Amino acid sequence: MSDFTPDIRAFVCHYTSQQSCAAGAEGMAAEGFPANVRLARQVCTGKLKVSTLLAAFEDSADGVYVVGCPADQCHNAMGSQRAAKRVLAVRKALQELGVEPERIEMFHLERGLHPEFIATARNMDTRIRALGVGPFKGETA
Amino acid sequence: MIIAERKPIDEIMAMLQGVKRLLLLGCKGCVTVCSAGGEREVEILASLIRLGKKKEGQPIEIIEAALTRQCDQEYIDSIDQWDGQYDAILSMACGVGVNFIANLRPVTPVFPAVNTTSFGGSQLQGVWTEQCAGCGNCILHLTGGLCPVARCAKSLMNGPCGGSQDGKCEINPEVPCIWQHIHDRLHRLNKGESLTAIMPIRDWSTAGHGGPRKTVRDDLTV
Repeated sequence: MSDFTPDIRAFVCHYTSQQSCAAGAEGMAAEGFPANVRLARQVCTGKLKVSTLLAAFEDSADGVYVVGCPADQCHNAMGSQRAAKRVLAVRKALQELGVEPERIEMFHLERGLHPEFIATARNMDTRIRALGVGPFKGETA
Repeated sequence: MIIAERKPIDEIMAMLQGVKRLLLLGCKGCVTVCSAGGEREVEILASLIRLGKKKEGQPIEIIEAALTRQCDQEYIDSIDQWDGQYDAILSMACGVGVNFIANLRPVTPVFPAVNTTSFGGSQLQGVWTEQCAGCGNCILHLTGGLCPVARCAKSLMNGPCGGSQDGKCEINPEVPCIWQHIHDRLHRLNKGESLTAIMPIRDWSTAGHGGPRKTVRDDLTV
């Protein structure tokens, strides 16, 4: 289990991730951003669909997380609140499937908080490593 | 419109035991409007079923589609295009649609993916409330447009009952007593006097108690 490197997908708000992404992949890696976290920047997390989050699991992700603006400071009014509800829907669905709901999480971060953005990725990495290999690695249809 | 909500995933997965090729059919009618069984929900449920099957190590092929309406013969015939490509059909339409599909495919297993709950409307975004019971004998002209059949817990014809407290129903303090609303509204309309007339015992034969109902319009049949 110790050599398990989780496949983690992060769907992140364009604005919230701006400062981190400005550092470039090498800059982020130098600050400790896990290499196994794949970033997908969104114009707004409110645009995320439940099916997009589920598709990440179908694509063998062990963990998924979303980083959006603070609930009351979304650039698009309620975008990150909508994203949080969709994450909640996926958590509920995972639970119904008998899978740890902690494999998906919503985070609300201030814009421009570079260390917190990195720390969130590291925390998620630690969490998914502890949970182990995701249950959706089976043979595909 | 008809209100529905998706069944729990484990209930759906239990129906699909042994199914390897599935036709998952949404409906673009009422269940799209109430976000229970439209194109978007088909996409989500297909994904959940694939994930559930993957977890069990039982791959499944899913054909995803949403018909214009599943309660209309004219539109359900279009599933002919997938003949031979599925072992079972999972319908995300209301119970009417499921019945129509089952009638159409007598030797194919047809399963419901949603629970059909009521005839209602969208009160707020994400909130639907029952407004009509489809009883077949409308009395809304006598009750100020508010339905005691659907909206009174006891379907009383001469309410309210003793359980009405401060305008709320005894079954739940969040449920308005519709008879209180009927009284208030008729008085506002200067028709409070009409409440002194006792409504007779109701004939429920039009509400399905006389068997499945059928409506025939000779002016429309061909």
